[in-house]
Amino acid sequence: MTERLLDIRDLRTWFNTDDGMVRAVDGVSLHVNRGETLAVVGESGSGKTVTARSVLKLIDMPPGRFAGGEILWRGRDLIPASNSEIDKIRAREIAMIFQEPMTALNPVYTVGDQIAEPLRAHENLSRRAALARAAELMRLVQIPDPERRVRDYPHQFSGGMRQRVVIAIAIACGPQLLIADEPTTALDVTIQAQILDLLNDMKARFGMAIMLITHAMGVVAENADRVVVMYAGKVVEAAPVEELFANPRHPYTQGLIRAIPRVDAKAQHRTRLAQIPGTVPSLINPPAGCRFAARCTFATDACVAAEPVLKPVGPDHTVACIL
Amino acid sequence: MNAAPPLLAVRGLSKHYSVTGGFLAREIARVHAVDDINLDIERGETLGLVGESGCGKSTTGRCIMRLIEPSAGTISFEGRDVTHIDGEDLRRLRRDMQIIFQDPFASLNPRHTVAGIVGEALVIHRLATGRRQIEERVVQLLETVGLRSDHLNRFPHEFSGGQRQRIGIARALAVEPKLLVCDEAVSALDVSVQAQVINLLEDLQDKFALTYLFIAHDLSVVEHISTRVAVMYLGRIVEVAPARALYDNPRHPYTKALLSTVPIPDPKLKRKRLVLTGEPPNPFNPPPGCHFRTRCPLAEPRCAEIAPALLETMPGHMVACHVTG
Ligand SMILES: Nc1ncnc2c1ncn2[C@@H]1O[C@H](COP(=O)(O)OP(=O)(O)O)[C@@H](O)[C@H]1O
Ligand SMILES: Nc1ncnc2c1ncn2[C@@H]1O[C@H](COP(=O)(O)OP(=O)(O)O)[C@@H](O)[C@H]1O
Ligand code: SF4
Ligand SMILES: [Mg+2]
Ligand SMILES: [Mg+2]
Repeated sequence: MTERLLDIRDLRTWFNTDDGMVRAVDGVSLHVNRGETLAVVGESGSGKTVTARSVLKLIDMPPGRFAGGEILWRGRDLIPASNSEIDKIRAREIAMIFQEPMTALNPVYTVGDQIAEPLRAHENLSRRAALARAAELMRLVQIPDPERRVRDYPHQFSGGMRQRVVIAIAIACGPQLLIADEPTTALDVTIQAQILDLLNDMKARFGMAIMLITHAMGVVAENADRVVVMYAGKVVEAAPVEELFANPRHPYTQGLIRAIPRVDAKAQHRTRLAQIPGTVPSLINPPAGCRFAARCTFATDACVAAEPVLKPVGPDHTVACIL
Repeated sequence: MNAAPPLLAVRGLSKHYSVTGGFLAREIARVHAVDDINLDIERGETLGLVGESGCGKSTTGRCIMRLIEPSAGTISFEGRDVTHIDGEDLRRLRRDMQIIFQDPFASLNPRHTVAGIVGEALVIHRLATGRRQIEERVVQLLETVGLRSDHLNRFPHEFSGGQRQRIGIARALAVEPKLLVCDEAVSALDVSVQAQVINLLEDLQDKFALTYLFIAHDLSVVEHISTRVAVMYLGRIVEVAPARALYDNPRHPYTKALLSTVPIPDPKLKRKRLVLTGEPPNPFNPPPGCHFRTRCPLAEPRCAEIAPALLETMPGHMVACHVTG
């Protein structure tokens, strides 16, 4: 049996703004199994980051609030959990890394001290022992010359090396789940490949599950076991990666896959790309029914009348579309 | 021999930036942003320019546009040296060459309406006179790029990223340019909108016989849109070839590595990736010889001494490498 490490059920995370209530995450259900890589894919503003940050309660409240749902971590709901309980889970059980590594690093402390910090806090290591572990972790994430570089400050590292430092901090206490929010989006393609290889290596070595948030279908295809597709604050489709690409069922997923130019597709050169007309809807007073209906070529009155729910269409494959 | 000169010819183009320091503000280092490059862009083609951030793509585009002064080299447009023209000549050149950027918002005056933004160039270049005529032309331009006449009196912040890029394109087209430089013009857009803008650029090229210099770091997008592609690394062009040839038969070790790291949206494809180790060297005082040698799996002693020249190895396919060239 696969174990559901993280099981998000009907989560609603809303923001109170001057313009009205932003229903950023509005009934999202998804789960991450032990040891797997779940990719969460969708265009900007679809609610990926808010979903991820909700798990570790990294949402500013106010303006944000949980308007419903559950976030089950190994069976236990995190929404009612206290801050100190969340602090214990953060780092030791669930770690998170972000697109811009600099925001996660403190510019005035050496990277060694920053990698050592969770080890000292959670594993009661002495400073010396923790710094030695920090150098080991830096070696593990393939930062050259770690014994010397533990004493360097974040600004002395390149973007790719900083993301390695952030990964070292994240894996220091051996978490079971790593939430990686666009970890390579700010990096060049050759460095992106290095970082993704590193994450996959850490996953294989420690059996850690990864929730990989990305907007790039190529990154999804090459790294995910399963995929969740989000659109305008909702999950529209979920499936194992090969199934999703071979048999996308939601018109939005189909559109996404066909809209990307591919370097390997000879026939496609300078042929028209499939395009999804229009733009994403506002999340303040979002349209009734299916939120994709206004851009969907198959939409009928029924799509606007009632909101489609996720229903199974195959093994492990669910779609929120009435067609 | 084909006698007609290319639409644009770049010869020996260099752009160096001095980094000063110390108490006499002496030059302590020099960034070779663009280092002695040659490029031809033929009429009606799309030349793609790819490479990782900081390799000198934007600097090349800006030198060509005469937005910054090159340190050395010449830029010829329709066979005429335009490297040092100014005044009325430069103003006329601005009609022939236009540029659109990654963040259209930054280049659109937030206090002007769409009508003002697109109409401004018509006024400057006296391409339309009188309110009626200007407005008619602006509406025509908006429709050309897929916007509507009721967008005329709106402000940039009222538009999505994709629509703003359309406004930028409409403004560029207003002067009926021959060459359009697109500097990461679709890079910030979500895929569904990116596809809309790429299709639009292709349609406009067919309709108005435009020539594009398409600068981007996304190799998939560049392959899709380009006739030929030039690959840059640390200020130099390392390979130029027809798009399909470059992707089917990359010769330079850097191009090979770059291509093999592009993620392909097909989970069934299990590729052997050629992951490059290391990172690009510091652009201050780059190493002598081949700039790529510090990361190159094929590097030989001579690579550290002599910079390889960009030579034609097959018809239309140029490579700058001692070993594979
Ligand atoms: N603090 C906030 N206040 C108001 N709206 C917010 C806040 N944080 C996020 N949002 C909104 O929530 C929506 C989802 O954002 P996000 O989760 O960041 O999307 P993604 O990561 O998929 O690009 C967006 O419309 C965003 O503007
Ligand atoms: N105004 C400037 N002053 C100093 N260095 C610059 C300036 N503009 C660009 N550079 C440097 O020149 C190099 C090339 O930059 P750029 O042309 O913007 O690269 P790309 O567009 O390929 O990312 C980089 O190392 C960049 O830091
Ligand atoms: S010239 Fe030498 S170092 Fe440069 S790419 Fe060729 S083999 Fe590599
Ligand atoms: Mg995000
Ligand atoms: Mg640039």
